[in-house]
Amino acid sequence: MNQKDIEGRDTAWREDLRKAMTAKERADIPRAQMPMLDGDYRVTCNEEVNQGLSLEQARLEATRCLDCPNPTCVEGCPVGIHIPDFIKNIQCGDLPGAAAILKLTSALPAVCGRVCPQEKQCESRCIYNKMKKAPVAIGYLERFAADAEIARGSEGGDDKPASNGIRVAVAGSGPAGLSFAGEMARRGFEVDVFEALHEIGGVLKYGIPEFRLPNSIVDAELANLRRAGVRFHTDTVIGKTLSYDDLLNQGFKGVFVASGAGLPRFMGIPGENYCGVLSSNEYLTRINLMGAGRPGCDTPAPMGKRVAVVGGGNTAMDSVRTARRMGAEKAMIIYRRSEAEMPARREEIEHAKQEGVEFMTLANPVEYLADERGRVRAVRVQRMELGEPDASGRRKPVPIPGAIDEIEIDLAIVSVGVSPNPLIPNNIDGLKVTERGTIAVDQNHQSSIPVIYAGGDIVRGGATVILAMGDGRQAAASMAEKLLADAGC
Amino acid sequence: MNRILEKEYFSANVVKLVVSAPDVAKARKPGHFVIVRCGAGGERIPLTIADADMEKGTVTLVVQAVGESTRKICALEAGDELTDLVGPLGRATDIGLREGTVVCCGGGVGVAPLLPIIKAMKQAGNRVVSVLAARNKDLIILEDEVRRWSDEVIIMTDDGSAGQKGLVTAGVEQVINREHVAEVVAIGPAIMMKFVALLTKKYNVPTIVSLNTIMVDGTGMCGACRVNVGGKTRFVCVDGPEFDAHQVDFDEMMMRMKAYQ
Repeated sequence: MNQKDIEGRDTAWREDLRKAMTAKERADIPRAQMPMLDGDYRVTCNEEVNQGLSLEQARLEATRCLDCPNPTCVEGCPVGIHIPDFIKNIQCGDLPGAAAILKLTSALPAVCGRVCPQEKQCESRCIYNKMKKAPVAIGYLERFAADAEIARGSEGGDDKPASNGIRVAVAGSGPAGLSFAGEMARRGFEVDVFEALHEIGGVLKYGIPEFRLPNSIVDAELANLRRAGVRFHTDTVIGKTLSYDDLLNQGFKGVFVASGAGLPRFMGIPGENYCGVLSSNEYLTRINLMGAGRPGCDTPAPMGKRVAVVGGGNTAMDSVRTARRMGAEKAMIIYRRSEAEMPARREEIEHAKQEGVEFMTLANPVEYLADERGRVRAVRVQRMELGEPDASGRRKPVPIPGAIDEIEIDLAIVSVGVSPNPLIPNNIDGLKVTERGTIAVDQNHQSSIPVIYAGGDIVRGGATVILAMGDGRQAAASMAEKLLADAGC
Repeated sequence: MNRILEKEYFSANVVKLVVSAPDVAKARKPGHFVIVRCGAGGERIPLTIADADMEKGTVTLVVQAVGESTRKICALEAGDELTDLVGPLGRATDIGLREGTVVCCGGGVGVAPLLPIIKAMKQAGNRVVSVLAARNKDLIILEDEVRRWSDEVIIMTDDGSAGQKGLVTAGVEQVINREHVAEVVAIGPAIMMKFVALLTKKYNVPTIVSLNTIMVDGTGMCGACRVNVGGKTRFVCVDGPEFDAHQVDFDEMMMRMKAYQ
């Protein structure tokens, strides 16, 4: 990487950049607007909604960054990206330099630049918030630098570092597993990633739709990991195809379990098993991973003209927006609290509205009704109102007595959360799990079996891509330290 | 990619495939299943394992062409490859010495996943009576293999072209009426398992069924395979595929299996 990247803010070129314009002038530059496709066009295709900043936009946005002496934005990032450093490289036009800084802490910057909730993390800590100004668009800039690196092609990829000969195995190729794999490969470990499905990428492939995260972006990040020496194995379920003992016998000295959130939760209301009522996991997997509905793909697509999606998280937004693209005339979110309490990113909610999604808030399904063949034809919803704050600090929705409506639907997608995948906890003796079924780990991400570390949703129960990546990164640091000490390095 | 080493037709629509899958061959136990995908745009479908050879590194699958994906698989020849094969999935059968006869009844291609259970139950020291049922003589599969591991085999056909004329339940009832049956294991079409369950409930004989529902990932992620067992929603792929037959809501299961028809 370029020498100046790691020199910090005290270098002459950074000082020059700071002196070139006053803080007031910088603060007066309006925040960059993300160019995006028109809502009416979007629902006719699967193209990425956000088109990315132009070079001019990116450099101007980078100019807004005040290059604070104590950048609080970095504290807001679960992987601690050196934010002002990469941004200032963009400002002076050194895009490879910016990308190299991102790679120091993130194995998947093009992914994070798209799907991280920056507004709750780095951008929420930007000094501009205190000045009543819009924060620097850190996420847009991260994506810009990462995309530029991908466009630069393989010449930008890392070479395989010198091997230390120590083998580590990763169960699961989602964000936690990939982040761990990248970190370990960078340190010279021999990394094998085992994936249960036939595609690498976990939730990045089966879950997040292409209009938010194109597969080509995920594949480009995977190619970088392959170049760094990471080996991927599909169709391999750790705990089933290969047991824990098999891994030890194959010479693996450490195992990182990143098998993700599994079992979809249902609400336990009457009619939930009728045909046409399915989990968001099933809906998104069929369409994103299996290509259901596309020519040449055999997997049947669940089709609906009037689609209800139950829930208010990002997965619910992904599902309802997918339903619009699959031809739903009416696609609605049914959420028991008000819009202000929705856990989904604001951007996703806005995008959904632009695409014609309807929002029925303060409403909770109580029963599904079906036709004589068992196909869902309506959902009965209980109208709610907000009462006193509950344990989460949000005002608790309480039913309005007698206020029940029947809404005609032909497809319902339940998106009310997931439970940890039980496959690995069930199949490795002595692996301690919590009451919730997640793998119990200490602050180093080490489990009750010293060789096994774990992170991501199998530990957290259902969180974000970036928190999973943070786990992978931290687990790699502690496992590497332990294994190198064991080896006498 | 998993290469097909042998192919044999059991009938016009039912083939036996011996497939290279060394890790699966080593890890599988009776009751397990695999997910198979054929072609780049192929569907993920669950198939039960009829047999495995750890030394040769092969598993044996018996596939009935009933839809687009199974037709594609049945059209493959020795030397061709399955695009994906993953497993073994699901929980293994609870094998052990029972205090009484174990009746293993299989309908149609359900005999294939039943075979490893028959074999294991016999090896565990049980008296095993197998009841094989099909529409006609030509659709009875794996009879010789079943005979090798059973103390007795009763064949039932709808048209009487082999064994006795009648339904599988008649065969099972004969055994229950003449000797102490400790357990019944039934694998076959949903409707057959439903009626076996109704029969054995009447006699209060513990009964296990292996369910073959719609699945996508097969690893506990999508919930397509959910069934109602004893009033609770369970996932066939990770909680099953075997369940207490007397607790399964077969009518709901059969309704759900038609979700995409």
